[in-house]
Amino acid sequence: METSAHDILIIGGGGAGLRAAIEIAELNPKLSVAMVSKVYPMRSHTVSAEGGAAGVAGQDDSIDEHCYDTISGSDWLGDQDAIEFFCNEIPKELLRLEHWGCPWSREPDGRIAVRPFGGMKKMRTWFAADKTGFHMLHTLFQTSLKYESITRYDECFATRLLVEDGAVRGLVAIELRSGKVRAIQAKAVIICTGGCGRVFPFTTNANICTGDGMALAYQAGAPLKDMEMAQYHPTGLPFTGILITEAARAEGGWLLNKDGYRFLQDYDLGKPTPTPVFRSMELGPRDRVSQAIIGEFEKGRGFHGPYGDYVHLDLRHLGEHKIETRLPMVRELCLKYENLDPVKEPIRIRPVLHYMMGGVHTDINTATTLPGLFAAGEAACVSINGANRLGSNSLGEILVYGARSGRSALQYIEGANGRSNQSAILSQAADEERRLEQQFLRKTGGTERIAKLRDEMSHTMETGCGIYRERNSLVDSANKLSELHERYQNVAMDDHTRTFNTQLTSALELGFMLDVAETIVHSALNREESRGAHQRRDFPKRDDNKFLAHSMAYRSAEGPPQIEYLPVVITRWPPGERVYGR
Amino acid sequence: MPQYTTFQPKPYRPRMSAYWYLDQWHYLRYALRESSSFFVAYFCVITLIQIATLKAGPTHYAHFQALMRCPVIIILNALALAFILLHAVTWFLLVPRVALRQVLNRPTPDLIASTPNFMVWFGATLIVALFILGVF
Amino acid sequence: MADTIILEVERFHPERDTEPSYQSFEVPLRADWMVLDALNFIKDQLDGSLAFRWSCRMGICGSCGMTINGVPKLTCETLLMDFAPGPVRVGPLDHFPVVKDLVVEMDDFMAKLQKVRPWIVRKDDFKPQREFIQTPAQLEAFHQFSLCINCTLCYAACPVSGLDSNFIGPAAIALAHRYNLDSRDQGQEDRLDIISQHEGIWDCTVVGECSTVCPKGVDPSLAIQQYKLTATKEWFKSFLLPRGKN
Ligand SMILES: Cc1cc2nc3c(=O)[nH]c(=O)nc-3n(C[C@H](O)[C@H](O)[C@H](O)COP(=O)(O)OP(=O)(O)OC[C@H]3O[C@@H](n4cnc5c(N)ncnc54)[C@H](O)[C@@H]3O)c2cc1C
Ligand code: SF4
Ligand code: FES
Repeated sequence: METSAHDILIIGGGGAGLRAAIEIAELNPKLSVAMVSKVYPMRSHTVSAEGGAAGVAGQDDSIDEHCYDTISGSDWLGDQDAIEFFCNEIPKELLRLEHWGCPWSREPDGRIAVRPFGGMKKMRTWFAADKTGFHMLHTLFQTSLKYESITRYDECFATRLLVEDGAVRGLVAIELRSGKVRAIQAKAVIICTGGCGRVFPFTTNANICTGDGMALAYQAGAPLKDMEMAQYHPTGLPFTGILITEAARAEGGWLLNKDGYRFLQDYDLGKPTPTPVFRSMELGPRDRVSQAIIGEFEKGRGFHGPYGDYVHLDLRHLGEHKIETRLPMVRELCLKYENLDPVKEPIRIRPVLHYMMGGVHTDINTATTLPGLFAAGEAACVSINGANRLGSNSLGEILVYGARSGRSALQYIEGANGRSNQSAILSQAADEERRLEQQFLRKTGGTERIAKLRDEMSHTMETGCGIYRERNSLVDSANKLSELHERYQNVAMDDHTRTFNTQLTSALELGFMLDVAETIVHSALNREESRGAHQRRDFPKRDDNKFLAHSMAYRSAEGPPQIEYLPVVITRWPPGERVYGR
Repeated sequence: MPQYTTFQPKPYRPRMSAYWYLDQWHYLRYALRESSSFFVAYFCVITLIQIATLKAGPTHYAHFQALMRCPVIIILNALALAFILLHAVTWFLLVPRVALRQVLNRPTPDLIASTPNFMVWFGATLIVALFILGVF
Repeated sequence: MADTIILEVERFHPERDTEPSYQSFEVPLRADWMVLDALNFIKDQLDGSLAFRWSCRMGICGSCGMTINGVPKLTCETLLMDFAPGPVRVGPLDHFPVVKDLVVEMDDFMAKLQKVRPWIVRKDDFKPQREFIQTPAQLEAFHQFSLCINCTLCYAACPVSGLDSNFIGPAAIALAHRYNLDSRDQGQEDRLDIISQHEGIWDCTVVGECSTVCPKGVDPSLAIQQYKLTATKEWFKSFLLPRGKN
């Protein structure tokens, strides 16, 4: 085993992780920052984000309006102090990115251009054509290259946090290329490992979005917050789950059922107009639009295809020029993966799992309940997204809270005592290495194929815990998951070698996902109301008396997670009705 | 028994063969294009000799012409012509890979970028041909 | 039409092999499958020890580059059907050391990226309170070169990078060029010193294959040739107006 030590260690090289690393490097170049990522940073999932990042820019817009849109979008489950901080900071962060070279799209006079986005009352979404996440990630990564105090551990897979007396002191990771197990110690650790979309079968998320960081924190004793809040994006391609960005609707695309009818008008989302109207029809929030599409499927007004039902997203009336200049990637993806040109044909789409509002519970400083452990980005839940994230708020979140996590970790290590009990930590790491060997590398005779377990898990999540849930379906899923947990112990390994053993990482990811899936199902089971992305058929109403609170899933020694509740922070915006298109 | 190891392995470093340009048609085309420069030089030398003999007087020039009629030289010249055609065509096709986009400041389809070169080339050939045929 | 296809996959395991060999797998041939789907089928159903990189499966993360029938391609956007009836040969990217099976070593490439100083360099202390003004035309000037996903297909296609591993290579030079052309940047001089060395632009003999294989239309060859032009201009200028080194 190899050991090394740094001041602050960041798990994850996506937008949040890079932003945190840069913040620390800028504030104190003397500190040694380590960044552990299971893929090269520029491969992180932030790269796939298309639409844009919201931040107040125009004269006619205000921070309060952005707050209100976010809060009502969250169905009042977002913490209002965190949201206010976020809305205040985000324009500064986006500007900083501009100064670092991000190629934001421009107005003819050279100022930043903004576009409308779902659930937002004003035009405030900054974008870089429809490759916003790609440009943000590459800008951050390239900028990070100039700081010498950042040490990268690329293609290193974190398997366990090292905890001493309740405080987090580093982690154990497998260096993929050599298969070496490394113990990397640090005074503070920041989790920026992104989402867990792969828990579901149809998802826009990349293969690496397996909720590793959530599971790592959870296994170390930190609670996961609001895990039942999993967002479906209304417009994904049926087979691959590839996302057709919301910008397609913001630019004026229509959703049509099999009769060519703009069905959203039947779901209290406003009246159809030829050009898009803010917070109305196709620019409604994602939860409501996805639910409307399921409604059409149930009424038999969707199309039937080999990968289930679908409806149409029609861009034809926008014309080739607009599609080519504002939505080039949409066209590229449709041509490649669907063999269809959106200029000439409507796009087949279905709701697919897109984003995890829940995550590792943190306070507004991004601190988790474990001393020395911080979290930011999609892996964390501070929570600004509550029960439903607005499109283009998450690229902002990774910047604002990524940076803040850097500052908080810095503050923490200045105050914390630096001495740690080396031998205790190293023996923990040695235990972990032994576990990896026994459970996977040396294991023979297993009969359960990873892919099979993974498919069964994701399908039970979709059927039991999809857009609409109810007690029975959730109980079935919970039972299925505990069965899968058992069977996971008997996983079959073909590869017993060290070098770039991707079967080992798949097996570990499956383990992480099973834990995460369990917290999702049990949080959903306990929340007996409907709010935002969490729609219970048996409890169709929002219940502010009982559930204006975050669910907190704690790991218990045996059996399912323990669910507790934490009140939502309400400052200036008392809970109200979510009104769209009226 | 699983072959579990703790051994630290070395990556495999492929070496390019000495005949790498035969591996792929693209590479071969590139190698031919590069070697065509040799024939360009050859033609230049021939032309220089031609001018020199022309200046040295009719007998020298007659000598030169006789030499040019020798079959080996004819074959060589035919080969050189082929290579020079290749040279011109491949380099013209490379124009869009080189600079034009900067001028137009817009992505230009490759063919449009190289067309003017071909046109100038054909034009010049035509004029030379007419000249040789004695039209002027 | 047959409903399966043979995939000949290059295998190399450093812990037991001295050089790569091919292994054949029979996989379903489905109209909407990419080559990557076939590799995943192998990994999930037939042989879990096969190693390859992938993530986004939508042609944007740049991790799934491999050699398919001799040509470097992104496996997640290459239709399997295009190679019917087969067989299809899948190998690691050329010109890179092979770590295992289809996985190549990227260290050298990552070092080169860093070497070209791919960040905004400001010589003045100008810190605007608002955005730098950049017109759509100024954006357009470098935009194409900012689209590189670091898939390294261009390195695999370039014989020069195969022959001389010190060659900075297409993507890294295109990246340097991207920052040079950015109206917000003032680092051209610093980068020129690195890029105009022999291992920089002058190593390039305009094979042009990098631009042919580039999946994102970056056209790194164009970047290199434009860069040569700038370097030559600067070289002449340095005679006319010698500038002091600072
Ligand atoms: C298709 C798509 C489009 C989107 N579009 C938008 C949009 O338009 N606007 C918007 O605001 N948001 C959008 N989002 C959401 C947004 O992109 C993500 O929420 C955000 O990028 C997450 O960033 P992150 O830094 O938290 O995580 P990521 O970018 O996912 O990074 C996670 C990092 O953690 C590392 N990691 C994970 N596990 C481990 C481990 N075990 N060991 C070591 N390292 C590990 C990974 O290597 C990676 O570097 C979109 C999302 C998707 C899927
Ligand atoms: S220039 Fe093109 S081929 Fe080369 S790494 Fe970038 S995207 Fe890939
Ligand atoms: S998997 Fe991301 S580019 Fe192919």
